[in-house]
Amino acid sequence: MRDASPAKTYALHVGVIALLFALNFVLPDYHQGLFARIMALAVFAMGYNLLFGYVGLLSLGHAMFFSAGLYGAGLAVYHLGWGVPAAFVAGVACGALLALVIGLLALRTSGVAFMIVTMMFAQVFYLLILYFAAWTGGDQGLVIQQASRVIAIGGAPFDLTDPTVRYMSALALFSIILLVTLAVVRSRFGRVLVAIRENEERTKMLGYDTLANKLAAVVASGAICAASGAAYALLFGYVGSSFASVQYSILPLLWVLLGGAATTLGPLIGTLFMYYVTDITSGFTSAYLLIVGVALILLVLFFPKGILGSIRERWLRWLP
Amino acid sequence: MHFGPHLLLAALEGLVTSAVLALTALGLSLVFGVMRVVNVAHGEFFMLGAVLAWAVSTAISGHPAIGFLAALVIAPLLVGLVALVAERLVLRRLHYNPEATIVATIGMLYIIQQLALTFYGPEARPVEPPFSYRILLPWFGYSGYKLSVVAASAILLVITWLVLTRTKIGLIMRATQYDRETAQAFGIPVERVYAGVFAVGAMLAAIAAVLIVPISQAHYLMGQDPLLLSFIVVIIGGLGSLRGTVVAAILIGLSDGIISMFFSPTLAKIIATLVVAMVLVFRPQGLFGTTPR
Repeated sequence: MRDASPAKTYALHVGVIALLFALNFVLPDYHQGLFARIMALAVFAMGYNLLFGYVGLLSLGHAMFFSAGLYGAGLAVYHLGWGVPAAFVAGVACGALLALVIGLLALRTSGVAFMIVTMMFAQVFYLLILYFAAWTGGDQGLVIQQASRVIAIGGAPFDLTDPTVRYMSALALFSIILLVTLAVVRSRFGRVLVAIRENEERTKMLGYDTLANKLAAVVASGAICAASGAAYALLFGYVGSSFASVQYSILPLLWVLLGGAATTLGPLIGTLFMYYVTDITSGFTSAYLLIVGVALILLVLFFPKGILGSIRERWLRWLP
Repeated sequence: MHFGPHLLLAALEGLVTSAVLALTALGLSLVFGVMRVVNVAHGEFFMLGAVLAWAVSTAISGHPAIGFLAALVIAPLLVGLVALVAERLVLRRLHYNPEATIVATIGMLYIIQQLALTFYGPEARPVEPPFSYRILLPWFGYSGYKLSVVAASAILLVITWLVLTRTKIGLIMRATQYDRETAQAFGIPVERVYAGVFAVGAMLAAIAAVLIVPISQAHYLMGQDPLLLSFIVVIIGGLGSLRGTVVAAILIGLSDGIISMFFSPTLAKIIATLVVAMVLVFRPQGLFGTTPR
């Protein structure tokens, strides 16, 4: 089924990227900025989806991977004066390393215990950021100056604070991660992950090392989320402890559930939808959390498969 | 003040924390033990209890004790009602699937928190204690109300233990916890038991909140810390074990009180959270290793 239409699948994904590219020239300023933010955060959702959607591991602590990237990149620029590319790599490396350690510990548990353990490690990470306020800026956060957010490629400076450069950088990262997830999902590794989700014991019996595969998935997921965090710090110039709080562990779960778990484009749709719902409703109510809460409950009650998951079930069976 | 009295003061403060924590954690533990689901909104039921206690006690004029006693009865009942409605409308339809329940109770957490912010406001508000008698120790005076909180909590814990071990309701609850399907086969209305346990769990949190509100004020974000601490207590004490819950609550409350008096509270929280996460990773059955009864 899946391999019946690879051309159609790739055409769809390239089409989405092309559409986002075109939007840069059409969107008004405000929405252009919003879209850049949404694409950066959709990467976070895609990283979460890799673990939650495909392996079936529900983590409540992914804010720590996002903020590991955020602080890894942000602090490297702020304190060490590193350039943008080096800082980005540092952020991703921090997230991958943290994910390796957390994965080794947390994967000893499963189910509800896994959720609580990941939530607690994330809480420790959050408190550590507050505790070392002298370096991290605590709950005030740090602002990264415009001058340190310029990349010079071949003598031509790329200023990440410029709206178009920012949009294109976010789009580039989004596209790379989207195509990487698509490739992973269609690979042998991706199919083993789905097999683990469906029946771990049977997968083990077939001779697969499920622990090693799950650990690889945690590290990949952590690295992608850290990439999102690092990009966020460098593109928007702000690093703060609120990004490490429990709320930022819940949001990717919400985005993925809304868009459709285990679909490659679901995270983007979920993030986009939620951002605009919040944006529109915040015009006449400040009760933003109420909407998040009601959305979560309605989703688990009536649409456990999310927007794209439901579409796939009804009409487009070939969607990856 | 010398080290000895300082330590005594820290221990007394810790004991008050333990008393409130034991009640809150017991509620979480009952729900966890009998229904096998994690209620992430438990801290918000605690907060709702405190906020309602403020509302009831300010609505009733006269001696503060009248308002407080009214709050002690009305607030837990209202919270139990909210929990009952939530159970009927949401958890039952999810068939108590553990993961879906966590997501749904996170949703409830946000809804309750936002409604409290909208209707109650961002201020922290005090409730007057029913009496203000100070017990004079040789080194310092100590609030008599705080000690009465410890006593009240102890009485409630004993009552809960008696109900669980000596009554038919307790027997039914333990049977449901032990084996849901066999219990159902023997004619136990499992769904009604679940609804009741969920409501009672929330009410225990609300009672704890009403007791603490004259000491620390009612605030719409006050549910976060009790939730995390209750998790810690339930995990360390072992699931569904009343004795383990009480012992762990005393342990956590005392060490929290003492560590945060001598060190930074943030550091105390970091250490406690990390230790518990490690316990869960390496000894999932809890430190006391009691099997669920």
